[in-house]
Amino acid sequence: MSFRDWYRVDRLPTIYCVGCGNGTVINCTLHAVDTLGWKWEDTVFVSGIGCSSRAPGYIKTDSLHTTHGRALAFATGIKLAKSSLHVVVFTGDGDLAAIGGNHFIHACRRNIDMTVICMNNWIYGMTGGQGSPTTPRGAITTTTPYGSGEGVFDLSALAVAAGANHVARWTSYHVKELTRAIQTGLETPGFSLIEVLTQCPTAYGRRNKLREVADTVEYLKTHALLLQKYNRLIAEGKPVPEDMFTVGEFVRRNRPAMGVPP
Amino acid sequence: MQGNTACAEGALAAGCGFFAGYPITPSTEVAEHMALKLPKRKGVFVQMEDEIASIAAVIGASWTGARAMTATSGPGFSLMMENIGYAAMTETPCVVVNIQRGGPSTGQPTLGAQGDMLQCRFGSHGDYGIIALSPSSVQEMFELTVKAFSLSEKYRVPAFLMGDEIIGHMRERLTIPDSVEVATRKKLEPGTLPFAAGEDGIPGFPAFGQGYGVHVTGLTHDERGYPAATNPRLHERLVSRLVHKVESARKEMADYIVTNPDAEQVFISYGAPSRSVLQALHDRPKEEIGHLKLRVVWPFPEFALAEFPEAKSFLVPEMNLGQMAREIERHTNVPVIPVPKLGGDVHTPAELTKALEGTR
Repeated sequence: MSFRDWYRVDRLPTIYCVGCGNGTVINCTLHAVDTLGWKWEDTVFVSGIGCSSRAPGYIKTDSLHTTHGRALAFATGIKLAKSSLHVVVFTGDGDLAAIGGNHFIHACRRNIDMTVICMNNWIYGMTGGQGSPTTPRGAITTTTPYGSGEGVFDLSALAVAAGANHVARWTSYHVKELTRAIQTGLETPGFSLIEVLTQCPTAYGRRNKLREVADTVEYLKTHALLLQKYNRLIAEGKPVPEDMFTVGEFVRRNRPAMGVPP
Repeated sequence: MQGNTACAEGALAAGCGFFAGYPITPSTEVAEHMALKLPKRKGVFVQMEDEIASIAAVIGASWTGARAMTATSGPGFSLMMENIGYAAMTETPCVVVNIQRGGPSTGQPTLGAQGDMLQCRFGSHGDYGIIALSPSSVQEMFELTVKAFSLSEKYRVPAFLMGDEIIGHMRERLTIPDSVEVATRKKLEPGTLPFAAGEDGIPGFPAFGQGYGVHVTGLTHDERGYPAATNPRLHERLVSRLVHKVESARKEMADYIVTNPDAEQVFISYGAPSRSVLQALHDRPKEEIGHLKLRVVWPFPEFALAEFPEAKSFLVPEMNLGQMAREIERHTNVPVIPVPKLGGDVHTPAELTKALEGTR
């Protein structure tokens, strides 16, 4: 099989805007499941609400497009009731970190055997560009017209602290690394979070001086600080550039997990 | 045995293999008993982080083909409303037990009520249909839980066991039959679209992991299961079917007990107040007092009212301010007299006979 065979072709084209990064993330995910030789009949994609959550609709496996923020709770039911199924969740920053924040930390705590791919574009795209828990300070959104004054969730750090077995962050620019990280997540028993920073030119970029699609991708490329490099800077007592974010694998461990097939 | 334990035993007898819940008085014993028993039967018990997650996990489990249940009380039931609508929209069989307590809000955690009877029918947004059953004894906690599974599996709608603190915490003798009959989900026929319904309005069920590759969404969807949220006619057809498949089967689902059909004064009851009505009838053997006891409350069996052709008044004792009385009223020209009781106690038989005398 090729990754293309996983698509529900009669549903294409997607609803995504021109320049959206979500398609890249779906492609990387399908490359990963295909590389592992997974069967679509044994795989379930689950999602909540938002642009990211439309992804399962374009994949030909069984798929459950649920309510806002609740995907992980639905996915927990699927995995516990039938552990032989591979469960993969697509979610976004609003879905996972705001309305679904409680389910997120508890799914990590249970370390339930599933892979969660969060398309973090710092914005509510589907509803037209409102601020989210990952909207950077000062960013302009329709609900922060004078610049966001709230703090920001570090989703990966949150997942590590809450007990997930595998946590990695990449961006829609780093497709090779992202695909490998997703593959590692799929292979790791227990809870895996792959946070993908991705561009939303329509709702975020055009309000925040990243008007062209390539502007955000360029930003993601130039502001990603490899975790190893970050650690080196810290060890050497050198300053870490404040406007950069770390990418890489934050944790891979083997804590007791729920829902792992016998 | 305690009512809540009997409910859990009924679920186990009905083949429930998955329970997700969150502790809440006065329903917690249902979860505790499931936590004790399910693992020994290769079933799954999971305590979720809240009631929203509990019903979500139940729906997820149900899509793998499992018979799945949760149990709660008013505050948790309110939290579940979002995903109850999802279960209705996606036609997911699931059983929700609500051991009712005094509301609104935190209200009276340790005392009984019947204040959620309209919420269970209409509590989630949009139009849809559900099934609700109301037990008035420990035996009925068992029997009607089994029945809730059967109806939910057959019609692919959420079914509610609308108990209350009094019945949930009551202890009575329970007879458990050697086996119980539970309807099974209709399988999806090969070559049939996953959300295409036949004459009965019920589509075949494509369980996950069987190679159906089905897409399930809470969005308005076509017969393939694909989102079609801006198609007005399709939305109308889908939502009408969701309501009609329940309403059109209300004769088939009806479950009620008629006493003294020639009576002029008739009590209509469900749940705990039914016990006081029985006592009132027993106390006045010489008077002909009618009684309609509902075991299935929703869909409301309005034809049952015709079982009392001589009726001059329907008295409706409820542990609320007249929720089902309102429904009864809209189906009859006979005067409907609510006999409300709030505070946590069930009506005394004396209160019922006083209400009876008031209508003479």
